[in-house]
Amino acid sequence: MGKLKMTAKVVSQETLATDVHSLVLEAPEIASQAIAGQFVSVYTHDGSKMLPRPISLCGIDREAGTLRLVYRVVGFGTKEFSQLTVGDTVDILGPLGNGFMKSDKKAILIGGGIGIPPMLQLAKELDCEKSVVLGYRDEIFLNEEFEPYAHVYMSSEDGQHGVKGNVIDAIKEYGVDGAVIYACGPTPMLRGIKAYAMEKGIECQISMEEKMACGVGACLACVCKTKDIDEHSQVHNRRICKDGPVFYAEEVEL
Amino acid sequence: MSDKINMSVDIAGVTLKNPITVASGTFGSGMEYSEFVDLSQLGAVTTKGVANIPWPGNPTPRIAETYGGMMNAIGLQNPGIDVFKKRDIPFLRDYDTKIIVNVCGKSKEDYVDCVEKLGDCDVDLLEINVSCPNVKEGGIAFGQQPDALYDITKAVKAAAKQPIIMKLSPNVTDITEMARAAEAGGADAVSLINTLTGMKIDVNRRTFAVANKTAGVSGPAIHPIAVRMVYQVANAIKLPIIGMGGVATTEDALEMIMVGASAVAVGTANFHNPYATVEIIKGIEEYMKKNSISDIHELIGCVK
Repeated sequence: MGKLKMTAKVVSQETLATDVHSLVLEAPEIASQAIAGQFVSVYTHDGSKMLPRPISLCGIDREAGTLRLVYRVVGFGTKEFSQLTVGDTVDILGPLGNGFMKSDKKAILIGGGIGIPPMLQLAKELDCEKSVVLGYRDEIFLNEEFEPYAHVYMSSEDGQHGVKGNVIDAIKEYGVDGAVIYACGPTPMLRGIKAYAMEKGIECQISMEEKMACGVGACLACVCKTKDIDEHSQVHNRRICKDGPVFYAEEVEL
Repeated sequence: MSDKINMSVDIAGVTLKNPITVASGTFGSGMEYSEFVDLSQLGAVTTKGVANIPWPGNPTPRIAETYGGMMNAIGLQNPGIDVFKKRDIPFLRDYDTKIIVNVCGKSKEDYVDCVEKLGDCDVDLLEINVSCPNVKEGGIAFGQQPDALYDITKAVKAAAKQPIIMKLSPNVTDITEMARAAEAGGADAVSLINTLTGMKIDVNRRTFAVANKTAGVSGPAIHPIAVRMVYQVANAIKLPIIGMGGVATTEDALEMIMVGASAVAVGTANFHNPYATVEIIKGIEEYMKKNSISDIHELIGCVK
């Protein structure tokens, strides 16, 4: 079927932590084809806001035809989304981007902050031995939902949950190991994970973000720097929305 | 009923089946949006600016949202004319639409080189971008001085095998002066407006929202300015005009046509609604039926 813009109905909305919300949308046409690591563009109802907000898929339920978005309120758009209630509608475009490249290698799934949600869908889809490492600033969310799929290790900046520090500190502290890392989170975290993976010589896939306009690869707003010349752009730039958001860490400059 | 309606328009001897195209830079070379719209339904596809060699563009963030639109400073990232010729033109030629190639450069030689390399290509029109506000050298420097615009128009016209459209900047004191310079230099058509130079501050990071510091503002917020400028230019020169600037609805496109645009480009609206172009084409047809207008030429410049 491919990408489409559609009006989705709100199935549920709940608050998971301060400013962190979980929104379930009825969108069977998108749910039927989406995979872990992809995202949707979500449009506000305010006509003065032209650009959609890219939000990762935390859950994909093909049977129910629903998508779950877990997002943080950071501005006007996400604040509006947080006020949607059951039965409301919202326009979305998707599925966008490429998902994680799954293998059966022993995996470490790493999520930091609002980069945690897409790792939950990945944990469900990965049929292999795996560990989950979640990094928080202070308040925790979603951690219990990972437990049916893998052992969950945590880090928090204040040390209240798991190791005091970041996800790399948790990996070292608990001796978490694997043959492939899948990660999503803020750029400094991804930079640290890339360095760690290269030092250990293990495969590493990271999901990146950048300000987007079109979300489909046309406008060239959301590029990241690449080590080699990219075939599409003919320069050292790849499109996060279209060529990513998941990249092999070694391919991109952070 | 519909067979009696004529929506086709002429731009410098090239017939567009309807007046709707896209604004350069908002639609790539059509590949990405072909998943949403049948490109054969468009009057023309205007491609993202291409230079004689690949350009890396500006650092990120390259865009920010603004009230009623957005601002961008992509910096004309492009793969260079050689790859563009091999990849993008053959892709578009498979559709029943006209191809307008937007050309950018940093010097007169760059523009001429690129235009010459397009000489043997099966494309319909060249749009010369002398109005991008986001590149440090060239670009807009040619679009803000009438003498410089006259010179570059003349040089490009002499080198071009296809008709040329000069894309005008709104960041000038009097756009009609620039339009006259393009006409005098031998342009076959003009397109307007490019984006308006703006600035936005990210108060949380206490820095510029867009890495380039300044960026081009587009979207519905600038539409009334674009309509005013198309009106002024239509009254100043005889060349056909492609009107653009914040066109998001049928009504917006009709406004452009009524003040004198022969064709209309949809830009930022594609990001809000990937189906915007085809919806506007349908909307214009419905408007014509409803108002018993059999030929779109009855509407072009009907508001004096």
